[in-house]
Amino acid sequence: MNSEILGTILIFLATLLLAYPLGKYIAKVFEGEKNITNFLNPVERFFFRICGINPNESMNWKQFLKAMLTINMLWLVYAFFALIFQDKLPLNPDGNPGQTPDLAFNTAISFLVNCNLQHYSGESGLTYFTQLFVITFLQFVSAATGIAMLVGLLNAFKEKTTQNLGNFWNYFVKSITRILLPLSIVVAIILAFNGTPTSFDGKDTIITLQGDTVQVARGPAAGMIAIKQLGTNGGGWFGVNSSHPLENPNYITNAVETISILLIPIALVFALGFYLNKRKLAKVIFGVMTFLFVIFCAINIYYETKGNPAIDKLGIAQTAGSMEGKEVRLGAAATALWSVATTSTSNGSVNGMHDSLTPLSGGVVLLDMMINALYGGVGVGILNYFIFIIIAVFISGLMVGRTPEFMGHKVEAREVKIAALITLLSAFLIKGFTALAAYMVAHHPDIAWQVKPGAWLNNPSYHGFSEMLYEFTSANANNGSGFEGLGDNNVFWNVTTGIVLLMGRFLPIIAPIAIAGILAKKKFIPESPGTLRTDSGTFGVMTLAVILILTALSYLPALALGPIAEFFSL
Amino acid sequence: MKKNLIISLKLTLVMIILCAVLYPLLVAGIGKATPGGGKGKTISVNGKVVGYENVGQKFTDDKYFQGRPSAVDYNAAGSGGSNKGPSNPDYLQIVKDRIDTFLVHNPGVKKEEIPADLVTASGSGLDPHIPPAAAYVQVKRIASIRTLQEDKVKELVNSQIEQPILGPSVVNVLKINIALDNLK
Repeated sequence: MNSEILGTILIFLATLLLAYPLGKYIAKVFEGEKNITNFLNPVERFFFRICGINPNESMNWKQFLKAMLTINMLWLVYAFFALIFQDKLPLNPDGNPGQTPDLAFNTAISFLVNCNLQHYSGESGLTYFTQLFVITFLQFVSAATGIAMLVGLLNAFKEKTTQNLGNFWNYFVKSITRILLPLSIVVAIILAFNGTPTSFDGKDTIITLQGDTVQVARGPAAGMIAIKQLGTNGGGWFGVNSSHPLENPNYITNAVETISILLIPIALVFALGFYLNKRKLAKVIFGVMTFLFVIFCAINIYYETKGNPAIDKLGIAQTAGSMEGKEVRLGAAATALWSVATTSTSNGSVNGMHDSLTPLSGGVVLLDMMINALYGGVGVGILNYFIFIIIAVFISGLMVGRTPEFMGHKVEAREVKIAALITLLSAFLIKGFTALAAYMVAHHPDIAWQVKPGAWLNNPSYHGFSEMLYEFTSANANNGSGFEGLGDNNVFWNVTTGIVLLMGRFLPIIAPIAIAGILAKKKFIPESPGTLRTDSGTFGVMTLAVILILTALSYLPALALGPIAEFFSL
Repeated sequence: MKKNLIISLKLTLVMIILCAVLYPLLVAGIGKATPGGGKGKTISVNGKVVGYENVGQKFTDDKYFQGRPSAVDYNAAGSGGSNKGPSNPDYLQIVKDRIDTFLVHNPGVKKEEIPADLVTASGSGLDPHIPPAAAYVQVKRIASIRTLQEDKVKELVNSQIEQPILGPSVVNVLKINIALDNLK
């Protein structure tokens, strides 16, 4: 057990060691400075030429957003139709059917928005064609969209006063060629050499030692798994994601995959410091995020290795921790670390079933997704954190009686209003839709739907409520993990979470870019002794307080009905 | 708007070729050089494939070491966990039944010796491993059914424990059962 806990610490330290130089490198890539991947310049120039892109063309915040939204809309339409007609397309060795329109609607949105909520099971719900041409493709481009938006945000604060956020297409392409693709190739190779399949062969049929005939699902999985982790996508090749022994064959691959989940989100925090030349600010942001992250990890590792008290009462030896929904080769501690890593970063892949986590660990992963800014999804995590900063600037400005300022620009009513609306939006979406679902279960369990609300839940009582709360929290956070006992492949869940997914993705991207665009246009006020410093420890604590207070006020009642009540019932 | 749309169309095509064609083909190419050739590592007995090293399979016969309960009955074409919550009374009843069944099939084993891993379902439903304790607790039953000396079966378990540098020690259920069949 101690070696398992040591393992989790080493995994996290290794992540930090890799993330720092990666952050430095990412900053260089987007500054256009000389770096080790300069040999790719001709490739990118070729892409720009055939697509008619001028990578030096400047965009203001509205043009930047328009470019992003146009290409995202196109992907949505493309993905939707490819999924519906996948049975008629090539590369379908297992003869899997096309998706129903409501499932295709949900799946297309879910992968477009970097969420990867999966209301299907990979072995039977997709073909190799859609796994690659829809899923893997969207996993790259949605992650690259997030990084490009972050660079746009940073550009607003790089100059004293500017309208120029840079060129969306340029950042988007470089995110793929310079960051996502090279790292994915490395991770995919490590996975392949540890036994993750890479070939295009379909299901294999074997006769087991005991004489049963069994079909084994396979496919070109390693490449997809690499980008699913690195791009904070999280959607697995197989139904059970990285708890599948082919998707995550041993402790080493588990360490590599855990590092991949955290790597780019943490590196981007460092990149922010290098890019803006404000390393102290990056350190403060990193400190706040890491402080909460480590606490969450400690709670989950403690409760998962301690085991389920209800199982203890049965009188057996629960020495390995709570093993329901977990894998022996990974162990309880590594699964606990993963559960926090995947919810902090809006990744959503799992290496054990979250539905079977002990109550407080389940509560922590919910809370983690409600905050959704501890490192966060690639690019968008810092965008979310930026909203908290704006609110913290505003509140601390009021407290000390100074005009709120951020990076030399006055923060005024309009910006604060946008920020406040965005924080309220999450709470509204999550709780509003959970209430609707709970109402259907409680009052119309037998309504004549294809799947009756009474049959949605896999667990009774508090835990059943948590299943519904988790689904909408995950959708809003664009996380993608689930309390998978929920019967979610039906019109109600496909459509409602589809709506939450879209709003939970694009509004929290549009708002920070708008705020940044508006701020950057304003006159630059040089720092004076009267300036409230945003790169100080004090301001870090202030941001932490804002995060905790806003989240607690918004969600504590909901958490009390689910995981907290379950904890006290055990 | 129109300019954005044309760029979007072209760039989408370029990225599909790069990320969905060239990248998977590169990985598949490299995969051919891996053990198992990218198709998954198989295990053969007398030249016949009996399973995948990393995919757990069902053992119900008392003469074999048994793996963990599976929510999908070891269906390797449709993985799945139980997704049962820790306080679910039906679930706790299932675990209790599994304990009772185990005690019936393993006379002489005390309840507190049963590792929880043997009565809780894995995450994937395809867990190929059990912890060493879960192998030791089955030694008595297997020795008596196969009329082998207990020490010999215990030795077999010892030899089958895989201890990685970090992480839990495991016993691969398929491998130990193949070795068990060869034990004279």
